This record gives sequence, structure tokens and C-alpha cells, in this order.
Amino acid sequence: MDVPTIESLNLIAALPTMIVAVGAGVILLIELFLPKEERHWLAILSVVVIAVGLWLTFWDGGRTDAFGGMYVADGFTRFVNIVALGTAFFAILMAYDYNRRRGITRAEFYPLLLFSTSGAMLMGAAGDLVIVFIALELLSIPLYIMTGIRRDDPIAQESALKYFLLGAFASAFLIYGIALTYGVIGSTSLDAVLGAVTSQGLTGNPLLLLGAGLMIVGLGFKVAAVPFHMWTPDVYQGAPTPVTAFMSVAAKVGGFGALLRVLVGAFQDLAGAPRAGGWSLTVWAVAAATMILGNLVALAQRDIKRMLAYSSIAHAGYILMAVIAAGEGVEAGAGAALFYLMAYMFTNLGAFAIVVAVEKDDGSGTDLDSFAGVGRSNLWLGLAMALFMLSLTGIPPLVGFFGKFYIFKAAIDAGLVWLAVIGAVTSVISAFYYVRVIVKMFLEEGTGEAKVPWALALAIGMLALGVLITGLLPAGALDMAEGVILALAP
Amino acid sequence: MDQSAVNIGLYVILSGVLFTIGIVGVLVRRSAIMIFMAIELMLNSANLALVAFARQHGGVDGQIIAFLVMVIAAAEVAVGLTIIVAVFRRIKTVDVDKLHSLKG
Repeated sequence: MDVPTIESLNLIAALPTMIVAVGAGVILLIELFLPKEERHWLAILSVVVIAVGLWLTFWDGGRTDAFGGMYVADGFTRFVNIVALGTAFFAILMAYDYNRRRGITRAEFYPLLLFSTSGAMLMGAAGDLVIVFIALELLSIPLYIMTGIRRDDPIAQESALKYFLLGAFASAFLIYGIALTYGVIGSTSLDAVLGAVTSQGLTGNPLLLLGAGLMIVGLGFKVAAVPFHMWTPDVYQGAPTPVTAFMSVAAKVGGFGALLRVLVGAFQDLAGAPRAGGWSLTVWAVAAATMILGNLVALAQRDIKRMLAYSSIAHAGYILMAVIAAGEGVEAGAGAALFYLMAYMFTNLGAFAIVVAVEKDDGSGTDLDSFAGVGRSNLWLGLAMALFMLSLTGIPPLVGFFGKFYIFKAAIDAGLVWLAVIGAVTSVISAFYYVRVIVKMFLEEGTGEAKVPWALALAIGMLALGVLITGLLPAGALDMAEGVILALAP
Repeated sequence: MDQSAVNIGLYVILSGVLFTIGIVGVLVRRSAIMIFMAIELMLNSANLALVAFARQHGGVDGQIIAFLVMVIAAAEVAVGLTIIVAVFRRIKTVDVDKLHSLKG
């Protein structure tokens, strides 16, 4: 075995992720020397780190490996990086004023957010099952802390405990699945797994199937797929709203990035619709249950954060549909999943930004009744919320429509007609609870009001523009998403 | 060689048993501390499997991964126990059945 040199590690390829993690560490250090009233510089520095990360992400093309193939830098990685960094940027804009209002003064907030972002980026770049595990923890552990960062708030503490226990439970499944896969294959490299499954005819190997199943459980928890979704509403409701916004997108990007890498990049030959026992049938059932349960339970929610939690469960179901399509060999599947994640970033972060604006200083005001009349007293805010809600429903010409369209198209190409039908029907059902918010804001009398400081206004404006532009001109983003497919399954 | 192959199978079975005990512990126990200990048991059962498989494959990959798992488990313990202590200070209980202020 060759001893790796610095050159062979090819650190340049992994630079975007490393810069974010290192930047987070540096910001932690700077905080030591910063007087308390100067803490807003931490947010500004974090944005600088994100900007540098984005700039490095756009640097060059083609697939290169770092750390001996453990880190894969290709189009897929680049896309995941962009969505993860964008999510972090908008979450910082939301948190900038919110933290001050709600008394979250701890300086660790922004570094934790950056650490978590680097975890999400690393999940999409994983070339090895061990990296999937480490990245998952790097994504999750800061999220546990950020959920409970208001230590005087019993609700936040309770949700942090629930998130932590179920998250740790899920990572135990993931690592056991990795151990079993290592036992069968003798390597944890995704390429080696893919090669061994094909060349040694391991498609029916029970230990390998069990390992893949356990990994689906572990990652399913992260993306909030039914039946592993129990934590989602409680954690979404209890966490500070910008943290909820961040985790709703970052955990999904990371989770689906890793799911696509593992299920399509390594276990594709195990998918096998005709052969019973492949993972595609299991994921089919999970996706169907996720879409149905998420949308139906969302109808009954009175708190908008809980409603958006069930809506995020439902959206996980749609993306799972694209994962199955990719596993069945439909090349557009992975691209559709990534495009949907980007659409979801713009739309869902936008919805949460409005929730941040309406939320009161004591943390109340997230029930639906608090939104009554907000659209009348604050027209632009109401229009932006209407835009985000319609995009979440999937109304053309907004980006949410194209996201769903590409996923349904990939699903039908893969022969998943029934799943596409379930998706279409549940999308129609979802209109009820999304449109209800718009009705509340414009048609009902109420005393609801909103505070929109400049950072939040900037976030809402950029996100609304994102929803409109990628909706009216989806070609550019889609080209980029489709460029990743060749890289994913070599 | 035959002898060790048999032994490795036994280790893997043992790790499976420990993993199952861990799952049952998480589902049955009500104290956050006991649930957390059951999760640690699951992580360690994975370590046992990794080390046993490393022996079978004659490499050190599995042993190195086991070290990584230990490091990450330690990080998890640090954060997890902090959260459990914070919850206990604030709510005076770590019984997960009594933590139900979030509902809907």
C-alpha cells in the first residue's frame, strides 16, 4: 500500500467543505476577543465564509477525488454544496435579527450553523460509507445544540432531547448497516461496493440487503420519511424558527445527497423491481406512506411550524420517488431530486422567513390565527407568503411546479405510475392547507402584524425572486442538475 | 483458519444480539439516560461487528472505523449528556413519557 503524500490527497478538491469547517473554527476563536456588543460581526464573517465557499465551489469542473477517493468532487457535490451554502446564508439573514429579539446571545450560534453546513456538504461528497457516517454526525450534532440553544426555554429543551435521542438512535442503525456492508464486501468504498455487487453476484445476499436496509432507516430518520418522522413536528416547533428553517432544508439536502450516493452510487444493482427483496420496493412503500401521511396530518395542524413540519415530511416523500426512479436506472431521477431540493430551498426557507417576521418576541404567534389579517396590513409580506405557499403546492409557473413535474416525469419513465398518481393526488390535498394560510392572511380580519427588519426583508426578497426566476426559467438550474447524473453512477 | 472462521461468525452473532438488545432498550426504557445507554450499546455492537469483520478480511479498515465510531460516540455523549442535564434542571425529570408539552 502506498503511503499517501500531500499531493495525492488532493486537498484542493475538498476545499469548499474544508473552508466552511475551518472558517467556523476561526470564527469561534475570534469570538473570544470580541466584545459582547460587537457580536453582529460574527454573522457578517459567517456570510463571508459562505461566500468564499460558494466561490470555490464554482471553481472547476469534472470529477476529482480527494483523500484517496473518500471525498468525491463532481457535479453532484457542487450542486449539493450550492444548496447547502445557500440555506446557511438565508438562515443567517433570518437569525440576524431574530436572535436579538428572542435573547439568543450565545456566540456559538453561527459557528455551529457553519459546522452543520459543512456536514451537509460532506454528505453529498461522500465516496465512502465511513464519510457518510462522519458527515451525518457533523450535520446532526450542531443541530441538536442549536435546537436547544435557548437553555431557559423548557419547550426548546424538550425538543432538543427528543431530537438528540432519535437522531442518535438513527445513527446507530446507519453504522450497523455500514458494518454489515463492510463484512460482506470487505471495503467501505462506494465504488468498491458497486463493483463487488455486480462482479460477485451479491444481489441476493441477505446480510448486504439487511445492511442496505439499516442504512435506509438511518438516513430515513434524517430526511423525515415515514415511519421515521416522529421527531419532526416536535423539533420543528420547539427549535428557534431560523434553526427550524435551516434544518428543514440542510438535513434534507445532506440526507438525500447521501441516500443518492449510497443507494444509486453503490447499491444500484440491489434495487431490482422485478426481483423481490430489492430496496426499491421498500423505498416505494416508504415514499407512498410519507406522501400520504405527511399531507393528511398537515391538514389538521393549527400551528404553522407544525404544519410546515408535516409539509416537509410530505416533500421528503416526493424526493424519495425520484430516488427510486434513479435507482431503477432512469438517469433523470437524480437530477430531478436535486432540482426539487433547490426548489424546496427557495420555497420552504421563504415560508419560514415569513414565520420569523410574524413571530412575537416571546416566541408565541406561530399559530395560524396570528396570521389573520397580516396580508392586509403588510401587502408585500402577504404576497410573498402567497407565492411560497403556491410554490409548495406546485402551481405553475412557480419553481415548486417544475420540481414536482420533473419528479413525476422521472417516476413515470421508471414505471412508477402508481406512485406518481399518489403524488399527484396528495399534491391536490396539500393545496387545502397551503391555501388556507393565504386565505387567513388576506380574507380574515385580525390583529396579526409583522416585523420585517432589513436582513429579513433581504432574505424574503431574494427567496421570492428565486422562486419566480427558477420557475420562469428553470432550464439553467435543470441543466446543472442533469449534469450530475453521469457523475453519480460511473 | 477454520477455527477462526467459526469464531468470527459467533462474534457477529453476538454483535447482532447486542444490537437487538439496544433497540429493545430504546423502545422499552422510559428514562432518557437509559435510552441513551441503549443507543451506546447499539454503537458498540457495531464496533464489535466491525472488528470481527476486519479479522475475517485480514485488514485493519474495520478496526480504524471502530476507532472513528468511538470518537463520534464520545462527541455525542458530550452533547447528549449536556442536553439531558439541561432538561433535568429545567423540567426536573428525564422521563420521556412526562415530556409531552409539544403536541398537535
